[in-house]
Amino acid sequence: MPQHDYIELHQKRFGKRLDTEERARKKAARQPHELAEKAQNLKGLKAKMFNKERFKEKALMKKQMLAHEEKDIEVNVEDVKDGAVPTYLLDREQQQQSKVLTNMLKQKRQEKAGKWDVPIAKVKQMSEGEMFQVIESGKRKQKSWKRRINKVCFVPETFTRKPPKFERYIRPTGLRFKKANVTHPELKTTFSLPLLGVKKNPQSALYTTLGVITKGTVVEVNVSELGLVTQTGKVIWSKYAQVTNNPELDGCINATLLV
Amino acid sequence: MDQTKKKIKTNQITLLAPDTRVFVTLINPYGEEAQKSLELSVNTTKEELQSILQQLVKTEEDQVYSFFHNNIELVDTLNQLIASDPEYKLENTFSLTYHPQSLFRIQPITRQTAALEGHEQPVLCVQFKTHGDILATGSGDTTIRLWDMLTETPIATLQGHKNWVLCLAWSPDCKYIASGSHDGQVCIWDVQTNQLKGQPLKGHTKWVTSIAWQPMHLDEECTLVASSSKDGSVRIWSRISLSCLIAINAHQKAITKMLWGGQGYIYTASEDTTIGVWNKSGKRLQELKGHGHWVNSIALHSDYTIRCACFSEGNTDINTKQAKVLYDKILNGKNERLVSASDDQTLMLWEYTSSKPKVRMTGHQQQVNHVQFSPDGRYIVSASFDKSLRLWDGYNGSWIATLRGHVGSVYQVSWSSDSRYMLSASKDSTLKLWSLQKKKLAFDLPGHADEVYAVDWAPIGGEKAGSGGKDRRVKIWRH
Repeated sequence: MPQHDYIELHQKRFGKRLDTEERARKKAARQPHELAEKAQNLKGLKAKMFNKERFKEKALMKKQMLAHEEKDIEVNVEDVKDGAVPTYLLDREQQQQSKVLTNMLKQKRQEKAGKWDVPIAKVKQMSEGEMFQVIESGKRKQKSWKRRINKVCFVPETFTRKPPKFERYIRPTGLRFKKANVTHPELKTTFSLPLLGVKKNPQSALYTTLGVITKGTVVEVNVSELGLVTQTGKVIWSKYAQVTNNPELDGCINATLLV
Repeated sequence: MDQTKKKIKTNQITLLAPDTRVFVTLINPYGEEAQKSLELSVNTTKEELQSILQQLVKTEEDQVYSFFHNNIELVDTLNQLIASDPEYKLENTFSLTYHPQSLFRIQPITRQTAALEGHEQPVLCVQFKTHGDILATGSGDTTIRLWDMLTETPIATLQGHKNWVLCLAWSPDCKYIASGSHDGQVCIWDVQTNQLKGQPLKGHTKWVTSIAWQPMHLDEECTLVASSSKDGSVRIWSRISLSCLIAINAHQKAITKMLWGGQGYIYTASEDTTIGVWNKSGKRLQELKGHGHWVNSIALHSDYTIRCACFSEGNTDINTKQAKVLYDKILNGKNERLVSASDDQTLMLWEYTSSKPKVRMTGHQQQVNHVQFSPDGRYIVSASFDKSLRLWDGYNGSWIATLRGHVGSVYQVSWSSDSRYMLSASKDSTLKLWSLQKKKLAFDLPGHADEVYAVDWAPIGGEKAGSGGKDRRVKIWRH
């Protein structure tokens, strides 16, 4: 090991040996042979240390090679985005008015899932005491065959009352609703749509016929304002939705559309 | 003259006695009178009127005319038509407007014959070769596909664009297609070899909104093609040297549509609410101001003639003299009429000579997206986001009818070549065929699974239409 730069000093003063390039080249050419010999013949701790050094060098080489290769690859200027629209729609922010997902997707989904997959599958059982309030009638208020429904109802427009003497179930007008706030599950938009009828109340068939709306009831709503069309060209004007809140507590009916 | 008018139950027609004579003036479509009044018998039939008109106006022998009074057509005798006008008095002259009729009839389109798969992204633009034997469709998957109409199978896929193909145009001689894409590049394709000519033409900094070739009668070789872009400029490229000849900085805001008119002027409709009229050396002749919001679409009454005047039914030869003759005929000595549709829910009729509109047509309740003149230039139909189409008179812009039936915004509209039917494409995934004579829906054409973005009716070789939409299918419709 040179202690100071006397070698460089001598080279500056008197020039290098005439065969320095030759010797350097030959020495470099011997390196791989020497390294190979070491790698094959070293044992013990020295071998471990040598192997560790060699591994580090190789890893560095690989990284450099990859970096070089990357420079040769042409960079993609712009990725082609999805959602191609024609020129007249390009500058417009199209409001996603509730649209039916492409019918192909819908068909695939229907094949996978059961047809009546509803958001709220199970509903808590309701007792009669919760649903009905006993109304006493008669001259001495002894007859108690009348019931008043404590839950929200839907009454169709063509409904006519039976004579009051014979009505068993009373649906108070304060608890009658005509509209529901329906949310489209995929598009997360909510519309206020008129009700057409009660399809099924999970509590009991009696409640279905009376038109009682509780949590989990499947109702039919008028969707003509959404402008949906089937693939054969027919306009869809009604769809089912399932009620998701307790309308008698909230004062409104919230439902999700069953697409 | 004894006027034996029977007194009315309001439903019955009152007819004049057969030997009464009336004074009639014949008025041409532009509103000018052809001749001083003629005295004719009340029982004159349509054929007799036709021969009289032919002698007066000195037209070709084969030209058939139809006669109208207050937009009611003359069906058998003059008597019927007079009776339909309760305000007419015998002393006044009876005005009859005549319109040239097209000789051929196109059968209405009723059914879908093919659903062509292939595109991997929504189909954005669709255009038939003038003879209707090849359909070119551009899509968001950066390719243009050519489809053979005889076998309804694909011919070739033209790749070369790097982003959505937004617009394409066949050259007037139908040997080349020019197309523009979302990254501002314009490509010219040779259809005979289905190859890209040279390299994509770069120059626009934003997406290309429309492409127009110079009309055939101005240049037989079809060397010049113009492209307009969102960056507000119009570039004129040469097909032969594949370079940009002129770049016109036409507008500050985006140009939504550009047309190359038959009189040599380039019309550019822009989002800065004006329409510019330029000549091909880049000089602006006129700025048509009047709209209050973006101008979405423009149309010239000679559009159809420029597209297919050099071709005729039956043979594929290019006849440049015929192109000039037919163009002069549709101009009829006047200037080209331009109609523009805007986001301010109105349309306006213009002539390039004046910067003020001739007529302002209101009635739509939302943005008007697309407007087209009928091939004979008599009617204008406008498609709007308010789900309706409106029919207007092509000469004076007066409203004729509203066509309702769509349940979603109407995007595009296309005419049949005899001007009797209109085809409209809408967001509600249906196409609808409307009859001009009845001013009603003729046929409903469902079948697309999603919004229909583009529709085109084959101009010559007629009875087919093609449509493409968001569901990535190209559908062919025939009678």
